[in-house]
Amino acid sequence: MIPTSHYLILSLLLFTIGVIGVVTRRNVVIILMSIELILNAVNINLVAFSRHLGSIDGQAFAIFIITDAAAEAAVGLGIIIAYFRNRQTLLADEMDLLRW
Amino acid sequence: MTPALADAYSLAPVITACGFGILIIVGDAFLPRGGKSLLARIGVVGALASLAAVTLASRHTDDAYSGLIRTDAFSLFLESLIFVITVLVMLGSYDYLVREGLPLGEYHALLLFAASGMAVMASANELLTAFVGLEISSIASYVLAGYRRTASKSNESALKYFLLGSFATAFFLYGAAMVYGATGTTRLDVLREMFVAGRAPGPLMLLGCAMILVGLGFKAAVAPFQVWTPDVYEGAPTPVTALFASGPKAAAFALLVRILVTGFGAANATWFWAIWVSAVLTMFIGNLAALTQNNVKRMLAYSSIAHAGYLLVALAARSEIGIAALLYYLVVYALVTLGAFTIITHLGEPGERRLEIDAYAGLGTRQPFTAFCMTIFLLSLLGLPITAGFLGKFYIFDSALKAQLPGLAVMLAMNSVIGAYYYLRLVRVMYFTEPEQEWTPEPVTAGVGAVMFLTAVAALGFGLFPGPLMTFATISAQSFR
Repeated sequence: MIPTSHYLILSLLLFTIGVIGVVTRRNVVIILMSIELILNAVNINLVAFSRHLGSIDGQAFAIFIITDAAAEAAVGLGIIIAYFRNRQTLLADEMDLLRW
Repeated sequence: MTPALADAYSLAPVITACGFGILIIVGDAFLPRGGKSLLARIGVVGALASLAAVTLASRHTDDAYSGLIRTDAFSLFLESLIFVITVLVMLGSYDYLVREGLPLGEYHALLLFAASGMAVMASANELLTAFVGLEISSIASYVLAGYRRTASKSNESALKYFLLGSFATAFFLYGAAMVYGATGTTRLDVLREMFVAGRAPGPLMLLGCAMILVGLGFKAAVAPFQVWTPDVYEGAPTPVTALFASGPKAAAFALLVRILVTGFGAANATWFWAIWVSAVLTMFIGNLAALTQNNVKRMLAYSSIAHAGYLLVALAARSEIGIAALLYYLVVYALVTLGAFTIITHLGEPGERRLEIDAYAGLGTRQPFTAFCMTIFLLSLLGLPITAGFLGKFYIFDSALKAQLPGLAVMLAMNSVIGAYYYLRLVRVMYFTEPEQEWTPEPVTAGVGAVMFLTAVAALGFGLFPGPLMTFATISAQSFR
């Protein structure tokens, strides 16, 4: 059986990759993907803890997060399309109408 | 009463708001093009009905849904505030929406959904429920920020809000997962019992608490997570900014208080210094940055950051009078800021062109009532005696002193003085400067006038007769015993 700590390390790695992606990438779609990566790191964490503790709550929590990620992606992509139509760009460092 | 019905009672305001929101969306599909103003009326009725439903919830003050939701004086206090804010925002935005040619249906539905999410945040007693409420209100807010779809600034505001908002939510979730892993529970009252029983918070727990604080700190716009605030507030449609500065901020502080005081209250040494440092940073960054702003929306955005700092001072006091002071100040701040943003909406002119401070020159002679209300709001934000803002600051100051935090109290006073400069600058421009170009403000419409009048009455009324509100706030603060 794979020990819980392995899952936690995997989750921490995914979380770190996600944070680095959000901070360093310029394309907003990739930033959105990085955020999804963090959410999935959370899911792995929750399910691993759920198995470790023998309680079902963590898995229920994970299902809520998956649902929320879908809703967030729908709204987020809608906002990105509206932005692209007006500005013809998706680069975060060109978002300068409002001083960042 | 059957348990299911009793549970539904405690969520009555949320259910009502969602029901009316759905009704508006369905109605939007069937109404002819010319009849959409009916939707705005349904929206106002829905928000008022939700406010009335808060009294239904008050009949069942207990844990509901096996402890996920908690209805107590604290949640009732905040739910009332949230729905009052919703009604006022709706009244203040009708003319704006018509002027800008924006659809009425979705706007009012989204406002109701956002309000229902905030109400869930105010009564959540468990981290998953808190997260669901947070996201219901946030996702609706992202859409509202970008509601002027054809305006680049509004797009940009929505995109920034969305990216940083969902990033912060992810932090909150990672923290919640840590807390769950460390304790096996996400319920705040169970956490509290663990700490009271003498359990020391381990490293996993501390990390979890820190990440939850990061996530909520973003939503409440406190330093060092405030960078998004001025951009989002400036770019969003002004009535939506009025909502952002009042509603979500109140809900985020509600959740912050609930998690820190109920969940981690018995282990408050873990978070005290984080709140202390954040309070100092927030007050100074907000006030100092506001000094140099020329855009009124941006100036009030920084002012809202500064006020979040004052609220944190009350939280750092870690006492019942601190929480009571926080709640009192939250009401006063939210209503006054909402009134000020409504005036900015009203004077904005099509396309939101009139937003510079200098553009307010001569308002005092051209529209005395508007200028008078704006002055009351600014003086209340500044905290001048006889306005409610003064008493609010006084209560916070008092609670900080009683908690042996003279440093924070002194910095609060210092910041009030810095704030005077930019609030009074706008007052001076309105009354003592002549405009370079002649202009006539549009006449005040019934909706905008009502919001201005009601919030101005609140700013003076709560200052002269603080008794009832302070009593309610004190009772609410006692729900954490």
